[in-house]
Formats: sequence, structure tokens, C-alpha cells
Amino acid sequence: MYGGGYIFDEPNGKQLREEKQHDDPEKLAAFEARITRGEKIEPGDWMPAEYRRQLIRLIEQHAHSEIIGALPEGTWITRAPGFKRKLALIAKVQDEIGHGQLLYNAAETLGKSREAMINDLLSGKSKYSNVFNYPAETWADVTVIGFLIDAAAIVNQVANAKGSYGPYCRALERICYEESFHLKQGHDAFIELATGTPVQKQMLQEALNRWWQPIMHFFGPPDKTSQHSEKLMQWKVKMASNDEMRNQFLESYVPKIWELGLTLPDPNLRKDPETGRWQYSDPDWDEFFRVINGGGPCNEERLQVRKWAEEHGRWVRKALMNPQERRALPVA
Amino acid sequence: MSNDSLDPRVNRLKLGDAGAVIKVEEGENWNVYEVFHQEKRGAHHEHVGCVHAPDPQLALVFAKEQFARRKKCVNLWVVRSADILAFDAEDEDMFENNLEKNYRDASGFKVMEKINKFKQSK
Repeated sequence: MYGGGYIFDEPNGKQLREEKQHDDPEKLAAFEARITRGEKIEPGDWMPAEYRRQLIRLIEQHAHSEIIGALPEGTWITRAPGFKRKLALIAKVQDEIGHGQLLYNAAETLGKSREAMINDLLSGKSKYSNVFNYPAETWADVTVIGFLIDAAAIVNQVANAKGSYGPYCRALERICYEESFHLKQGHDAFIELATGTPVQKQMLQEALNRWWQPIMHFFGPPDKTSQHSEKLMQWKVKMASNDEMRNQFLESYVPKIWELGLTLPDPNLRKDPETGRWQYSDPDWDEFFRVINGGGPCNEERLQVRKWAEEHGRWVRKALMNPQERRALPVA
Repeated sequence: MSNDSLDPRVNRLKLGDAGAVIKVEEGENWNVYEVFHQEKRGAHHEHVGCVHAPDPQLALVFAKEQFARRKKCVNLWVVRSADILAFDAEDEDMFENNLEKNYRDASGFKVMEKINKFKQSK
């Protein structure tokens, strides 16, 4: 869901290639048996090079998504309607940045430094969740993000929290706990508009119409076209297919939208009473790939703001730097 | 970049050109500290994660912000990750218990049987 894209060519890239050539069949069998038994993998364990690469990609892009995802919402802090909404939004945005840090730390245990990850984000090599390349035009957009984008993220994160890599699972446990507040405050603000004045209702309906396609894109391309990854499922890196997660999201949240008298801009959206699965029109996947590759309305602004922050925060980081410090990666 | 952000604060930044290369140097994000959280007096400090910080004092400040902004907390420790000494994960088998170690457990000593037998014999 956090997009395709680049992994890394760290200084230790060479070492990874060697490791790959020497994926010892005996160690691989023991590794896979451990995962089959439901045990977690910890940073010091032997792991296949491909497992390490795919996890770094997944966790790093999840981290970038948290950091970039705070930008469209942060925009609305100064204009949040009322003191309680403003406090909640500040708390949520701070949580998202905190989640980014937890996830960068989890990815660092696999051998890629936080600096290298930030550089790959800034250069556009690394991706982040595509939904954050769209603008939050009105306050109703913020409530749609807070309710539905966070709901979609929770579906994904609850699945991933059952994965095989210990540090990622531990980070997700804390994240899911905080996300439950995000979802609830988003749902509350969403209901307030949906049950409010005709103008509020219309504003919400328009925001919902704008966001429906990005939300359908959120879980990634349909299973029939996405690269099949049996190995990643077996290694418990990927815990559910894109279509499965999309279906789970629709099952939980479409009724919560419809019950408020709102509509969704897809005439084919309905639950098949026989299979119990949701049917929908295929969203425009060309648009998805166009936006993920830089063609969206906000890609440029998002990266520009991140670059500005790095550039203007540098003197603070340097002033506090202690050259005597003995550096290391996180232990767990 | 055209100044057409919906955020007036972003417009005021007068952002530069999109292709500009900004590179963070290795080490610029400081060092890593492991964080231990004490939920209440009398409880153990438990490992909860880590923070990047330039020194232990700021690591404590960041740890408070990151790990103590919601749930109950009465104290935090930080330790430089480089100072943690741990066994190799591959040596896990040395912790496997010999099943006949009940001489170390309370359950290995059955006093009631003996007491009852003694009482009955009287």
C-alpha cells in the first residue's frame, strides 16, 4: 500500500549482495520454520537478504507516509473550527510525527541509517502513501482524512502488527493504540458535519467525492495485476493481499458512511449477497501511477516543505552535535 | 514553484526550485538512545523503544515527548544504544531449560504428602 519504489544502496550494499549469494539453505530452513511456528524475528537473527530488503522498503515507506501525512492536516491547525478540534488536531499531528520516528527506528535495526532514508525521500527515490499527494481543500477534507484514511491505515497496520519482524510489530502496537484515537476524533468530526446544516452536509459530501478515488487506491493495485508475492506472505512480511484489505475496509466503513445519509461516487458499489464480498468499479489505476511518480497536485509541495525543514533545521542539529559520541543503530 | 499552496504558511516560505538537492549527512540525526519507561512506583523500568538525540539530557526530553505523552509514567531512563551489551541471538539455545530442574522450583518439593503420611501413621 505504501507504493513501490526504491530500496537502498547503502555503503553496506555490497555486503547484502554477498549475503544473497550465500543464503545458506540450512539457515533459511531454520528461519522459515521459526516463522511458521509463529515466532518473531529479531534484529540480531540471521535473515535472508531479500527479507531484509523488503522489510526496509516497507517500514521506511510507512515512516515517510506518517511524516508526509502530517502535512495536509497540519495545514488546518490554525483554522480548525473551535478549541477542542484544534487541540485534537495538534495531538494527532504530533502522534503522526512520533509514529514516523518509531518506524524509522524499526527500519534502522535492519541496517539502513535514518539519514539515508531521509535522503531517499528528499530525492524522490523512496515513495510514501499516494493519498498525501492530494490537498485538504476544506475542513471537511480533514475530517475525511481523520476518519477514512486513518481507518484504512488501521486495517493495514492491524494486519502488519501480526507480521514476523519483532521491532516493526512493537512499533505498530503503539501506533495502533494511538490511531484508535485518531479514528474516533475523525469519526466524531465527520458525524458533526454529516448531521449539521445543509451547507456543512454539502461540504462533507463534496470532500467525500474528491477523496473516494484516492481511498480506493490506498491499498494498492488489484491482486490480479500486482506482482504476486507468495514468498513475502510466507515470510509474514505481507499479511493480506491488497484486495482482501480493500474488501475489509469497505465492509467496515461503507455502512458507516451510508447510515449518515451520504453517498459514494460509485454506482457499482454494493455488497454481493452471495459471496459476501464488495463489488466496485475499478478506480483509474493510470492516475494512481501518474500521481505516485510525481504527477499529483501536491507531490512537489510536499517534498519542498520537507526540504525546507531539513535545510532550515540544520544549524540547530549541528549546534547540538557532540563529535565525541560513539554512534550505533537501535538495538531493538 | 508557483505559490499556489492552500496553506498561507507554505506560501510565505517562498520555497525554492523542486530539483534542488538537499542532502543530510551521515551522523546529522545524532545518536541513538534506548528508552526505559516506569509506569508506576514499584514497577520495573521496561524497554519501550529509542530516540535520536545529541546527548543523554536531550534524549530524556525527547523520550518524555515520544513515550510519555499519554499513558501513565513516573520515570524514564535512557541509555546509549552503543552501551548495551547483549548475547548473540544465535546463542538462544543456551537458555533452554533442562526439564529435570525441579530441584530449583518450589513445585519440586511436596511437603503435604509427607505430613499427611506422618499424621496417619500416629
